[in-house]
Amino acid sequence: MADFVDAAGWERLAQDLVAGRRSLVDLWGDAGSVRMAVLDADRGRIEIAALACPDGKFPSLGRHHAPAIRLERAIGELYGLEPLGAPDDRSWLDHGRWPVRQPLGAPRPHDATGGAYRFLPVEGESLHQIPVGPVHAGIIEPGHFRFTCSGETVVRLEERLDYVHKGIEGLMRGAPIDTAARLAGRTSGDSTVAYAIAFARAVEAALGVRVPERAVWLRAVMAELERIANHLGDIGAVCNDAAFALMHAHCGVLRERVLRAAAAAFGHRLMMDRVVPGGVAGDLDAAGEAGLRALAGATGREFAPLVSLFEDTSTLQDRTVGTGILTAELARRFAAGGYVGRASGRDFDARKIPGYPPYDTLSFAIPSLPEGDVNARIWIRIREVEQSLALLAQLFDRLPSGATRTLLEPNTVGEGFALVEGFRGDVFCWVRVNADGRIEHCRLRDPSWFQWPLLEAVIEGNIVADFPLCNKSFNCSYSGHDL
Amino acid sequence: MPLTEPAPSADAAALAELATQVNKAARRRLGRSLSIRQVDAGSCNGCELEIQALNNAFYDIERFGLRFVASPRHADVLLVTGPVTANMREALYRTWAATPDPKWVVAAGDCALDGGIFKESYAVTGGVSAVVPVDLHISGCPPTPTALLQGLLALLHR
Ligand code: SF4
Repeated sequence: MADFVDAAGWERLAQDLVAGRRSLVDLWGDAGSVRMAVLDADRGRIEIAALACPDGKFPSLGRHHAPAIRLERAIGELYGLEPLGAPDDRSWLDHGRWPVRQPLGAPRPHDATGGAYRFLPVEGESLHQIPVGPVHAGIIEPGHFRFTCSGETVVRLEERLDYVHKGIEGLMRGAPIDTAARLAGRTSGDSTVAYAIAFARAVEAALGVRVPERAVWLRAVMAELERIANHLGDIGAVCNDAAFALMHAHCGVLRERVLRAAAAAFGHRLMMDRVVPGGVAGDLDAAGEAGLRALAGATGREFAPLVSLFEDTSTLQDRTVGTGILTAELARRFAAGGYVGRASGRDFDARKIPGYPPYDTLSFAIPSLPEGDVNARIWIRIREVEQSLALLAQLFDRLPSGATRTLLEPNTVGEGFALVEGFRGDVFCWVRVNADGRIEHCRLRDPSWFQWPLLEAVIEGNIVADFPLCNKSFNCSYSGHDL
Repeated sequence: MPLTEPAPSADAAALAELATQVNKAARRRLGRSLSIRQVDAGSCNGCELEIQALNNAFYDIERFGLRFVASPRHADVLLVTGPVTANMREALYRTWAATPDPKWVVAAGDCALDGGIFKESYAVTGGVSAVVPVDLHISGCPPTPTALLQGLLALLHR
């Protein structure tokens, strides 16, 4: 499945990334090798290259291509593989708190005492620092932000993440496929459907399994419900951070209704464990379908006046327009997925490229804007709610009947991967299944890997008080990133 | 049309668990009002979504005298989620230490009980009670807002 390349071939791929001929999908460690997934958007193809590391070293990609830097740091700590010439040798996932070092390579016991992190040095007159987190003020995930400011203006933000690293890749090893599917669906709870689909599609590719049509379509129903629910919640939450609580209250009601309809139709508010390798866990009955159709209609009707409210509230625009601008160049270079990329002119959507069923037979637009500010990111999400509602109508009108699950043959060996569009962006999954029908290795890459570094760039030159807005307009996943 | 749900009954099992662990006199001092500091100690963020939902118009948690506060120093209750990752262990302990007495710890979600699906990992300590004393556990993956409300009301109704 993966093509093994030599060091020169690896280097050529690096140059393709630098030149923008391809974009980086993922970079991860394996037993004695490193792997890179790259997207050739023109041909709509993802290629996977592997480089053997017999001496435990590989040429750093990060020294050419910044989006690879954190991924390489993680490979070093998890596998003990050393990126030669890497621009940043600090540990990333490993805070020195685990009882082992290199848990996925050749594990060595460690005393787990922690240790200080070397934040980047800052020099200059009248600069001060504001440390925030890991425990944040609010019902949100933990992480540390180190702001360096001049007066009110942020000169630099440095992120320190990985407080919620759970070792999912390690737990996957040797796990039965159904256990691994549950783990995949708990990588980032807000994207549980997207992760479950990515994992299922990767396993199905590895085993050569054909999924019944109806299951493919029901997955899309769940995926669009998840997208709508998250967008509604976040549109309200960004407005709330601009002190416009009314929008938050209304969006919260619409979101809650989506979750209730999902629970009625699929048996779980977030639809956890409903997508399984081979299909879906349960069928949608007539009452569930009727409930979802009614929900889609009502959400569309009630969302429209909220969009007008957003559009007509100048105090809100005062906060969102021109705030936290992500340049098109950075969005392209980091292959920023989701609304973060699309609000900065990168109109990539995994449902179109490489594309996967049933989206190849559905009609929908990929909204994109050039401005790159908080306002543009909200507008993309507004437009995506509208597109997803339209998709739901198409899905229900043409929902195929028939079986909803194919049983897996547990004795096939293989590798497979999938790229699936979650609400936040493209989720990548690569998997190798062994002869016992267990997972030998599973890699999951959250879109946040390429969005978190951009948040650091976006806040520069903005005032501290606008950080919550910028941050919420990105809404990166801590858990998905920390894995 | 009002959206707000009728108050759920306090969960009987939660009440029983609580009765053995919580000091009644101290609770009387707080009256019917609890300030809650939420701490994510390694959650997948699913639990957070449902805790956030407690603030929406359907559940409207503040009508019960329950409210979320930004600082542990203002809190009576720590509402902790996640399997407690090794990397969050110290932060959780310090947050607990910064919370003034009397205080209660509510562990929410299957992960918070014993690490749940993540418990075998090198990166996980295995549940909230491995780090701080737990007074009440609310199960679910994630617990629904109704289950969360029932559990939290059990804290008040005793
Ligand atoms: S209990 Fe479930 S929803 Fe909550 S953190 Fe654990 S896996 Fe996520």
